[in-house]
Amino acid sequence: MQPSPQGATEIDPVSPQPPLDQNARSSNSKSPFQLALRRFLNNKLAVLGIVVLLTIILASIFAPLLTDLDPTKSDLMKIENGPSSEHILGTDGSGRDNFARLLYGSRISLIVGFSAMLFTLIIGVTLGSISGYYGGKVDSLIMRFTDLVLALPFLVLALTIIALVPTITTALFVCIIALTIWPNLTRIIRGTFLSLREQEFVLGARAIGASDFRIIFRHFIPNAIGPIIVNATLMMAQMIIIESGLSFIGMGIPQPTPTWGNMLSEAQNIRILRNHPEAWIPPGLGIFLTVLSINFIGDGLRDAFDPKSNKR
Amino acid sequence: MTNPAVLSVEDLKTYFYLENSNIAKAVDRVNFSIHPGETVALVGESGSGKSITSLSIMQLIDKPGKIVNGSIQLEGRELVQLSNRKMTKIRGKEVGMIFQEPMTALNPVYTIGNQIIEVLRKHKKISKKDARKQAIELLKTVGFPRAEATMKEYPHQLSGGMRQRVMIAIAISCEPKLLIADEPTTALDVTIQAQILDLINEMKKKFNMAVLLITHDLGVVAEYADRVLVMYGGQIVEQGTKRQLFKSAKHPYTNGLLESLPSLDQSSDRLGTIKGTVPAADNFPEGCRFSTRCPHVMEKCIKTNPDILSDDSGHGVRCFLYEEEEK
Repeated sequence: MQPSPQGATEIDPVSPQPPLDQNARSSNSKSPFQLALRRFLNNKLAVLGIVVLLTIILASIFAPLLTDLDPTKSDLMKIENGPSSEHILGTDGSGRDNFARLLYGSRISLIVGFSAMLFTLIIGVTLGSISGYYGGKVDSLIMRFTDLVLALPFLVLALTIIALVPTITTALFVCIIALTIWPNLTRIIRGTFLSLREQEFVLGARAIGASDFRIIFRHFIPNAIGPIIVNATLMMAQMIIIESGLSFIGMGIPQPTPTWGNMLSEAQNIRILRNHPEAWIPPGLGIFLTVLSINFIGDGLRDAFDPKSNKR
Repeated sequence: MTNPAVLSVEDLKTYFYLENSNIAKAVDRVNFSIHPGETVALVGESGSGKSITSLSIMQLIDKPGKIVNGSIQLEGRELVQLSNRKMTKIRGKEVGMIFQEPMTALNPVYTIGNQIIEVLRKHKKISKKDARKQAIELLKTVGFPRAEATMKEYPHQLSGGMRQRVMIAIAISCEPKLLIADEPTTALDVTIQAQILDLINEMKKKFNMAVLLITHDLGVVAEYADRVLVMYGGQIVEQGTKRQLFKSAKHPYTNGLLESLPSLDQSSDRLGTIKGTVPAADNFPEGCRFSTRCPHVMEKCIKTNPDILSDDSGHGVRCFLYEEEEK
C-alpha cells in the first residue's frame, strides 16, 4: 500500500515519525470481510477443501494436457478393457477411455454445479430482497409462490420436464435444477433482510436520503453477504449431487457427453461393478471429494462469517 | 422572530392502523414552528409521540402508520404530499437527523469515511477526491484530531461518543437548515453527553441551523433549549420559552415532570411522581388525555379535551384550569 519513496525517506534523518505511526494504525483497520477471510484461513479443514477443490478445478481446465484421448470417441475393438498403459483406467462399455472421461466429466459437474448455483442466486437474491425489504403484500405474494414451488416434489417435476424435452443440453439442465431449488435461498435471504430492516442504520440511511434501490444494494446485501455466500456454496454441493443422481438413473445429460453420473451408471451392470472397480470408483471418488471439499469450504465460510457458531 | 420559520408543522395527525382495527393516534393535532438558529426541545415520556413527530417530518412513517392530516412546511415547501423520490433529495440535505442509538445507526460493513462520502456524493455533485477532502474536514470539525486515520476505521472500532460525533458529521455534512436530534445523548455516558450537546450547539451557531431536540431529560432542556414543547399522549400540552416553563409551568403534567426532578436546594426523602402510566395510544381517554392521571381532574376534563390556549407571550397550555383566567 505504501508508496515506494518511503524507502528513501528512511535514510533521511529529519524525516518525521508521526505519519508512519498513523499509517500503521490505519492499516490495522480490517473490514469485516477481511476479518472473516483471516478466520477462514485459520480453519484447516476449509483450507484443505480449497486445496482439493482447486486441484479438481485445475484438472478439469487442463484436461487436454493430461490426456490425448477423446472422451467421446468409441473404439469398439476395446470394450470394457482393464487398465493398460494406453488406457490407465481402462475403457467403458462403448470403448471410451475412462481416464479421459473422468477428467472431462469433472467439467460438467463443476459447470452444472456452479451455474445452477449462480442462477439460483440471481433468482433468490432478487425475489428475497424484494420480499424482505418491502414486506406486506409483495412479500405475501412472493412467499406464497415459493410455498407453491416448495410443495411440488422436486424429483417428479424434474423428471417430467426431462421426459418431455427431446434433447437435454447442459444449459437446460441447469435451468431445471435452478428453477426448482430457488425457493430455499429466497427464504433465507428474505429472513436475513427482515432482521436487517429493523436495524437503525437502515433508518439512518433513509434519513440521509438513500433510495430503496441504494439501500438494498449498498446496505442490505453487503450485510447479508455471509449467509448468501455460505448457502450458495452448500447449494453448489447439493446441485452436483443432483446432477450426478439424475445422470446415474439415465435422466441427466445424455451420452456420449462424459459426466461422472454417466460413468457411474455403467456400474449398474453387475459385471462391471464386480470386475472393473477402476471404471466406477474414480468418478464416485470424484463426486465424493468435490462435494466434501465444497461442504468443508461452506462450513469454514459459515464459521468465518459468524464467529459465534464456532464456539463448542 | 421576524424571520420566517424554517419548519412549521400545522395540525399534524399521524395515526397507526393496528391489526385489531384500532387506531393509535400517535400524533394528534400538533402545531409548532422552528426559526433559524433556534433550539426547540420536544419533551415527554416514552410513548408520548416525540419520535413519531420527528419521523413524520422526515416522511419516514412506515405502514401501518400514516400521516392522516396536516401540513409540514420546510421553508414554505410542503413536505406531506411530496413524492418519495423528491423527499430523498431533502432528507440528509436540507434536514439532517441524529439518532438515539449510535451503536447501530452506522452500517457495520463500511468505513467511517465511506459513509460520510456517500452522503456528500449523494447530495452534492462533487468528485470522489473532493468528497474525501470535505469528509476529513467534517471529521475535524466534529472533533477528531486524526481525521485521516478515522476515515479508514470501521464503526466497531469507535466508542459510542465517537460514533455519535460521526453521526453529527453525517447529519451536518450538507449544511441542513434543520437538524433533528432524536434523544442524541440517551445512550451515552453523562460526561460524553455534555460534549455531544455542546457540539450540536456549536454546529447550530456555525451553520445557523434550526434544531429540534427530542429528549426526556429536563436537565438537557434547561441547558440547551430556547423554547420547549411538552408532549403527552400525542398532543402538545404546554409550550413556551424555557424560562416560562421552568419558572411558571401551568399544566399539571409539566408540574408533575418538574416535581419528579431531584433538587439540590431542598432535601426530601422521596421525589414526586405522576401516578399511573401513559395510556396506550389506541386507547386514549375521551376527554383530556391526562385526565386519568391528573391530580386536578374535573368533570368536564373527562368528557371533552381542552384546546391549547396561549397568552400574549406565547406561553400556551392545554388545560381547563386556565380557561377562566384567559377569558
